[in-house]
Order: sequence, then C-alpha cells, then structure tokens
Amino acid sequence: MVEPCLVWTAFFSPLVACLLITLFCLRSKNWSSLIAIGGILLSFACTLWIAVKILSPHQVLTVAQSFHWIQFDGLEIHFGFLLNSLATMMLLVVTGVGSAIFIYSRGYMADDPSMPRFFAFLSLFAFSMIGIVLADNLIQLFIFWELVGLSSYLLIGFWYHKPSAADAGVKAFMVNRFADFGFLCGIILLWSLSNVGFGRTFRIDQLATIVPQIDPHLLTIAALLLFCGVIGKSAQVPLHVWLADAMEGPTPVSALIHAAPMVAAGVYLLARLFFIFEPLTTALTMIAYVGGITALMAATLTVAENDIKRILAYSTLSQLGLMVMALGLSGPMEGMYHLTTHAFFKALLFLGAGSVIYALHHEQNIWKMRGLLKTMPITGFTFLIGTLALCGIFPLSGFWSKDEILALAWEHNTLLYIMASFTSALTAFYMGRLFFTAFWGEPAKNDHAHESPVIMTFPLIFLAILAVVGGFIGIPHFLYPESEHPHLNMRVAIISSVVAVLGLAISYLMYNKKPNVDPLEKALGPIYPVLKNKYYFDAVYGWYVDRVQQGFALLLSWFERLVIVRLGVHGVTGAANETGKVFRLLQTGLVQFYALVFVLGTVFLFIFLARSL
Amino acid sequence: MIPNLSQFILLTLLGIVFLFMIPPQKTVVIRRITNITLFLTALLSVWFFCAYDTSVGGFQFVQNIPWVTSLGISYHLGIDGINSLLVLLLGIVSYSGLLVSKSVQDRVKEYHIMYLLIVAGTFGAFLSLDIFFFYFFHEVATIPVFLMIGIWGTGKKEYAAMKLTLYLVAGAAIALIGLIGLYLSTGLGTFDLVAIQQHLASNPIPLHLQNIIFPLIVLGFGITLTLWPFHTWAPVGYAEAPTAISMMHAGVLKKMGAYAIIRFAIQLMPEAAQIWIPIIATLAVVNIIFCGLVALTQRDLKYILSYSSCSHMGYILLGLACFNIIGINGVVFLIFAHGIMAALAFALAGFVADHTKTRNLDELGGLSKVMPFIGTCFMMAALASAGVPGFANFVAEIMVLLGAWDQYRWHAVAAVLGIVITAIYMLKAIRLGFQGPLNPRWKELRDPEVLSAKIPFVLLLGVLLIVGCWPSLILNHIGTSTKPVVEYFAKK
Repeated sequence: MVEPCLVWTAFFSPLVACLLITLFCLRSKNWSSLIAIGGILLSFACTLWIAVKILSPHQVLTVAQSFHWIQFDGLEIHFGFLLNSLATMMLLVVTGVGSAIFIYSRGYMADDPSMPRFFAFLSLFAFSMIGIVLADNLIQLFIFWELVGLSSYLLIGFWYHKPSAADAGVKAFMVNRFADFGFLCGIILLWSLSNVGFGRTFRIDQLATIVPQIDPHLLTIAALLLFCGVIGKSAQVPLHVWLADAMEGPTPVSALIHAAPMVAAGVYLLARLFFIFEPLTTALTMIAYVGGITALMAATLTVAENDIKRILAYSTLSQLGLMVMALGLSGPMEGMYHLTTHAFFKALLFLGAGSVIYALHHEQNIWKMRGLLKTMPITGFTFLIGTLALCGIFPLSGFWSKDEILALAWEHNTLLYIMASFTSALTAFYMGRLFFTAFWGEPAKNDHAHESPVIMTFPLIFLAILAVVGGFIGIPHFLYPESEHPHLNMRVAIISSVVAVLGLAISYLMYNKKPNVDPLEKALGPIYPVLKNKYYFDAVYGWYVDRVQQGFALLLSWFERLVIVRLGVHGVTGAANETGKVFRLLQTGLVQFYALVFVLGTVFLFIFLARSL
Repeated sequence: MIPNLSQFILLTLLGIVFLFMIPPQKTVVIRRITNITLFLTALLSVWFFCAYDTSVGGFQFVQNIPWVTSLGISYHLGIDGINSLLVLLLGIVSYSGLLVSKSVQDRVKEYHIMYLLIVAGTFGAFLSLDIFFFYFFHEVATIPVFLMIGIWGTGKKEYAAMKLTLYLVAGAAIALIGLIGLYLSTGLGTFDLVAIQQHLASNPIPLHLQNIIFPLIVLGFGITLTLWPFHTWAPVGYAEAPTAISMMHAGVLKKMGAYAIIRFAIQLMPEAAQIWIPIIATLAVVNIIFCGLVALTQRDLKYILSYSSCSHMGYILLGLACFNIIGINGVVFLIFAHGIMAALAFALAGFVADHTKTRNLDELGGLSKVMPFIGTCFMMAALASAGVPGFANFVAEIMVLLGAWDQYRWHAVAAVLGIVITAIYMLKAIRLGFQGPLNPRWKELRDPEVLSAKIPFVLLLGVLLIVGCWPSLILNHIGTSTKPVVEYFAKK
C-alpha cells in the first residue's frame, strides 16, 4: 500500500523549495541551488519508493486521496491526487530527468547572478508539472496546466532584458493561452455533459465510468476541444510556432521544457484521458493525422536549421508528433513508451548541446563547431549515444519504442506508416548532419573548447545510461501491467533499421568532408527558402496579429472615440454645459469650503439622528 | 466591549473631526491620524468578517434606529455574508490606498479629509439595510471623488473629473427614480430592505411596475459598473485620478453598483429580472470583448488597466445574468478578487507614474532591472488579472463561466475568449514596461526602500494569493447569503 503522505511529499517538496528560495535565499546562490536540488531529489526519492511499492505485489494499484477545494450546492471541485502506474511512470520521468537537469543547472548557471531566481522558477515548474501528472480532476489539471504555462513563460523569458527572450516568453504563453481557450471550453462542456450519473463532476475516476453514457456527438466535440490544449502544450501543427523560439531560454530550460516534462504533458494528458477518446473514431483519426503531419513537417524543418538548439527543438516536435500519432492510432502504451525513452535521450541531447554552448561561450551555430568529440570526449560520446538512440539504432532505447509506434501504424494505417518511416529517415539524416558537422573530424587549431565540469557531465552520463538501457527495463509492462507483452514486429524493425542507417550514411557522405557551406542549400533549390522560413507560419500569424487583430481593435477604438464619446458624452456635456461652467468656476480655490459643506452635512445628519432617538 | 457596525462610520468621522482641528502644515500628524483611523477600521472589518457566523446566516450585528418614522426611514445597519466581504474589501483597499498616498505633498489636510469621507460613505453604503441611507452614503462617497480628481489628478484632470461626475450623477439620478419607484410600489411605506424583502417574498410587485423599475435600477447602477456603452468615464477618470482614488474607485466604489443590483434589483424583482437579463448578458459580453480589444490599442499603462477593469465588469454582469448559485457566488467572489487586484495594479501603475512622470509604455521599458520588487508585483497583478490560477480571480472567473454555461453557452465561450484577450494586453504591458532593455533615463530609479512602502503591495498580493489558493475562506460567507438571492429561480 502506498501511503498518501508519500505522494504528498513528492507533490509539494518542489513548491516548498520554491517558497523557501523566494522568501529567504534570493541572494545566496549556494543555498538556493541546494534547496531546489534537495526538493526535486526528495520528490524523486519518494517517487522511486512509490514505484517500488507499486511494482512489488502483482496487482493493479490506484491510490487516490481527495479534498474539497470548492464546495457548495451545485459545484464541487476537489483537490487531490490519482496515482496509477501510468502516473507513476510519468512522475518518474519528470522527477528523474528533472533531477538531472537541476543538478546540471548548478554548473551551467554558475556565472549568472540571478541564479536563485532561476532555481525558484525551476522548482515552480517542477511542482506544476507534478501537479499535472497527479491531478485527480480536470479543473485541478487545468490549474497546473496553466501553471506550467506560467513557469515556462518565466523560464523562457528568464533573461528578460533581452528582447528576443522576452518576446519568446510572451509568444509561448500566448500560443498556449489560445490553445487553452479550447481546452477550458472542452473541460466545461464535458462537465455539463457529465450530468448522467452522480451529478456533474470534474473527477477523472468518475468521468471514466460516465463516459459511455454520454452522447457520442457531443463527446466528440468535447474531446476535440480537449485536444486543442494538447495541440498548444505539445506544440502540434498549427500551434507549434512557439517551440523553436522558446530556445531563447537558458539551455537547461530548453531541456526541461522540450525534452521531458512540459511538451510531453499533452501526450500524457491524451493517455490519461484516453477513456474519453477511445470510442471516438473520428476524433482519433484527426488526432493521428495531426500527429503524423507534425512529425513529418518538423523533421523537414530541421534540415535547414543551423542552430544546434533549434535543430533539437524541431526534432522534439517531430517526435512528439509520432507520440500523438500513436495515441491517435489507439496506442496509449506505445505513445507513453516513446515519451519515456525520448525523455531520456532528448534531455541528454539538450544537456549535451548546453555543455557545448557552455564550452564555446554561447556559440550555437553548428557550422562554427568542429571536432568536438576530441575536445569534449564525455559530452561528445554521450551526445553520440543520444543521437543513435534518437535515430532508432538497435539496441538503444529509441529503437524499441519507435518500433512499437511504427508497428502500430503498419497495422492500422499505411499512409501514416509511410509518413512515420520517412520521418525516421529524416531524423537519422538531420542528426547525422548535426553530429558529423559539429563533433566529427579534427578540431580547429585555435579551439579552446574544453570539457565541462563534473557537475554537468555527471547528469549526461546518468541520462546516457538510461538512453542505452531504456528498452530493456520493462517500461511498457510497468505502464500497462494488464496489457499483453509487446512483441517485436520483425519486418517493421528491419525496415526501420535500414532506413535509419541509410539516413546516417547519406549524412556521413555529405558532411564528413566538412564543407563550409551547407550543400543542402543548393541541392534543395527552391524548397530551401520555404524550409528556412518554416513554411511561413510565423509570417501568417504575424500578419494576423498585427493586421487583423490589431486592426479590428483599432477600429473599435475609433468607434469608441468617434461615436460613443462624441455623440454620447459630448451630447450630454453640451446639455449640461452651463452647469459645467458653474462647477468649473467653483472648483478651484474653494476646496475647503466643499469639504466643510460635506462634513457639516454629515455631522448635521447625525445630530439630527441622535435627537430623533 | 463588543464592536458594533456604527463604529466604522463613527471612527472615520472622528478621524475627520480630528483632521479639521489640526493645522494644515502638520502633515506628519495628519497622515498618522488617518493611518490610525483606517488601520482601526481595517482591523474592525477583519473582526466582523471573522465574527460573522456562517452557520446561522442572515443579517447579523443589526442596529436598527428609526429616524423619520413618517417616511419609514431608519438607520438600519447589518451584515450578511455578502456585505461583510465587501466591508473587508474596503478595509483592506482603503488602508492600502492610504499607504500609497505618501507621495501626495499638496494640500495634505484636504486630501486626507476627503479620503476619509469617501471611506466613511462607502462603509455606510455597504452596511446600510435601509435604501434611503444606502443612497445617501453612496452619494457621500461619490462626490469627493470629483474633487479629488480635479485637484490632485494629473493631465486632463478637469475633463476627467467632469466626465466622471456627470456620468455617475446621471446614473445615480436614474437609480434614484428606480429606488423611489420601488419604495412606492411596495405599498409598505418603508425604506427598510429587510421589511421589503419579507413583504415581497409573498406579495411581489406587479410585473408591469417591475418592468419599469428594474431597468432603471440596473441602468443607473450599471453606469457605476461601467456597463457598455456607458463606460467611457472610467478610462479617463481612472487614468487622471490620484493613485489612491483609482484604487478605491476601481477596487471598491464601482462595486457598489454590482452590490446594489444584487440587493435591490435581482433579489427584489426576480420576475422582471428574468425578462431583462438576456439583454444584460449580451451587454456583458460586449463589455468583455469590446473593452478588452480597446485595451489592446492603448499605450498608456493606466488606460490599459482602466479598460481592463471595464472589461472585467463584464464577468460580473454575466454572472449576475446567470441566476444560479454558481454564477452569483462567482460574482461576489469576483467583486472581491477584482477589487483587490485592481487596487494592486493601480497602486503599482501609480508608483511607476509617480517616479517616471510618464505612463507611456513606449517611454518605459526594462524597469524590472532597476526595480525588481515592483516589476515582480506588477507581473503578478497582471497575471492575476489574466486569470492565472493561484490568484483569486481565477476561481471567480471559473465560477462565472460554469454558471453561465447552461444558459448562455456562446456568451460563456466569448467570455473565455475574453480571458485570452486579457492575457494579450497584460503581457504586452509587462513586456513593454518592465522587460526588454532598460531605458537609460530610468537607471537611477529604485524599489521602495522602507518596509512600510512595500506593505500595501505585499498585503494586496498576499490576499489575492491566499484567497486564490484557499477559496473556502470567503466562499463560506458568500454561500450563506447568496442562496436567498437566487431562491426564486431555484424553486422553479
């Protein structure tokens, strides 16, 4: 039996850390980092303990505890947690990968004077993320969903004096807010539809029993509205635009936001609420295609990108697309499996990129990096492991989880299978491009790059181990103990391996010789500028915001000034003009007289009142 | 000694009397006396809030003294869950408003006298259970606002003061006709709210009379509540007013309109309410969207906050139009939450405007670098306004949305969109004012150094956070007293 206090400790220790730092340690780098790392490690330790307890007896365990947060006639909102094996797995990912990133940040941010603030934000982020994982009802989920958005806004815009960083934070928050517009409508719609059993409810466990009785058409609308939230948070097309810009934040933030926790929240949400989506074929098909398109589109964007962090960001997008596609193909287990292994190797890649950036004094252009494998062996080697895992090379973790998704697509939808396979080929190609350009070959002569300190390389090694063994530690079984054991689809496995090796080989041939200009630019011809401009999404949105939205607002503003004020107000003022003049004459100089009149009047009234007793 | 409700009014009046006796140049003494007075009333408001017994409900601590018996006017005070909360709001905001008034150096004595007069009038209005006295105190609170904007305001202060006053006086006059109509049509010959409530429960006013009185009261007090298209006094009024007046008016005085609509219109004339309420709901959405979009085009920090305040009144109106317990609870919650939030935002904007002598966002920029405390507080206030969870506004808005969903689905969807719009202009204000590179003109600026200057911000922010994380703290009070308001509709 898992004691609730264990879960509450895992839940609240990052919040306590955040509060302690904000209240007492805003000036001390050592204390703030110590408290924040202590908080997340405590949370991680509790989660490990929970995981062990859940594993040991062979029974499905669901632990829940709930309190009334708001309660009166007609409305009940709870605050509690609902822990099952899926949530435990996600919690392990969040706190485990989170711990590695926290420790790494101590090294990466060592020179930044605002480090205490950074750790306060990080802890707030971890708390919000744990809240999403554990929330036992949709309002609580939404609360933490928004808090994750808030803390990512704070973290992306951490260097707020840099206009690009501040803008990126605003963009991330706004895109997510826009998506949450649909999400919140979906939650409320679902709540109003849930009036069939116990009365209206937000609770996930109660909704699970009610859902079969709800009219499927309305349920489809609610489900798609909920999916809007996923599109925003997991950066699916067409709301993916914030993610690449979010690279403006410090690199550990990029790892935290893009690798494990934040963007994966959308996929997790789909898996957790899968009982809603399960019977809705239309909704699922749409979700699968959104995922597939995102995967393919993001992968194509990567090849025209020269910034190491942005390459990884688009790669994340692409992988998230695969996960969402898996969910859309009714495979929550496959999606969550890939989410978990992806968290390991993508966090590894981001932290590796951070280590490079740190060593090269904030150089992010891959064309200015050479031979890093020699100058930074630990970073280089772990980065290689991450690359191979992401490409899906046997026997690293990415191979197993990606194969599950491809096999799923193979069985259900050929078009999506082709898209996913093509995405895999591109993945291998762009990762090879990145690796061969930046890490391969001889270092430049005047290169001062050196290996990062232990506090940064230790997390890299930890994550690299996970990226290697992730396929063998029984994650799918842990996630869904009751489901059948996943089997390897040999045909799919062979095809995907060949595709991945092919992608790597082509990139080796193209980039092994260290060309000074990207040969792709010529090879792709007219497509290249389209990719460079990210299919013009930003341009279209920019046009909409500046022209349409702002234009409409300006129109209303004119209407207000010219019609409402002029006709309404000045009409009245005109009529009362004479009175106004008198008022104006009286106004200056006679203040005390006025005050006197008011006070005397009041006093008089009370004397009168007292006498009439 | 057990406190009684008259002490709110008596204490503030006593403060005024003291201030009159002190020579104007002794500003320190004047400030101290006002400080003590408002501190005591704030404590008193907390005491009454805690002492109100939610398990019993109804009006408590009632004082009823007949005054003009022939007209049925009596000095009748009492609190229930709704106005005990409003009194608490006033206690907190008035004290915070005073603390930020340190920057006023001109005619200090008159300033504080009028400020206390506003506070006294507002306390009286919230506490009165007699319609005549409510109206009287309401006027006492409104008129000094005109003078204070005219004298201590900035920029186009005469125009702002005139416009605000003309609108509010016109609104009050319309409401007065409605209230007199109410008085006459009950046939009781009394202004006593409790007596009227009991009487109307069994003998409602004929519908054709209700249909005249109800819109008059709603329109009259709606103008105070910046009902579209009668909201244009607020942006210019709040922008040019001295900081404390912006805080008090946007935070508390405006809410008298909502309070009056709940007490006098909806509860007493539910039949007419049912006919008129769809119009109100529609206007509410226009308020939310229209004022929100206009806020998008503003470059003046205080104008943004003012339009935001107008926009958020739409949620109050929408909640009023719901007629169910969730919506009406949300409204009262929002009155409180928005009051605290608006006071905080205007206090911060006032601080910035006082120190930079500009409110134009294009001239500000990067202020968080030199004043991290003010920057953080402003960010939190803006996020609270944008409905970020953790702050009280989120709880209130979610309740209004849930309440509106069944009856006004598309209105509710538009209201959710309004939250997105709020986020756009609030983030823009943060981005332009406090983030980005620091304008070198402001590199000498600093956070307030003395602790007492930080108190108002910390106090307001603390209340927002505590209530936002633990809503039952005030929800129990609200819940005990909103039931009778919607009883008529619950029965149907």
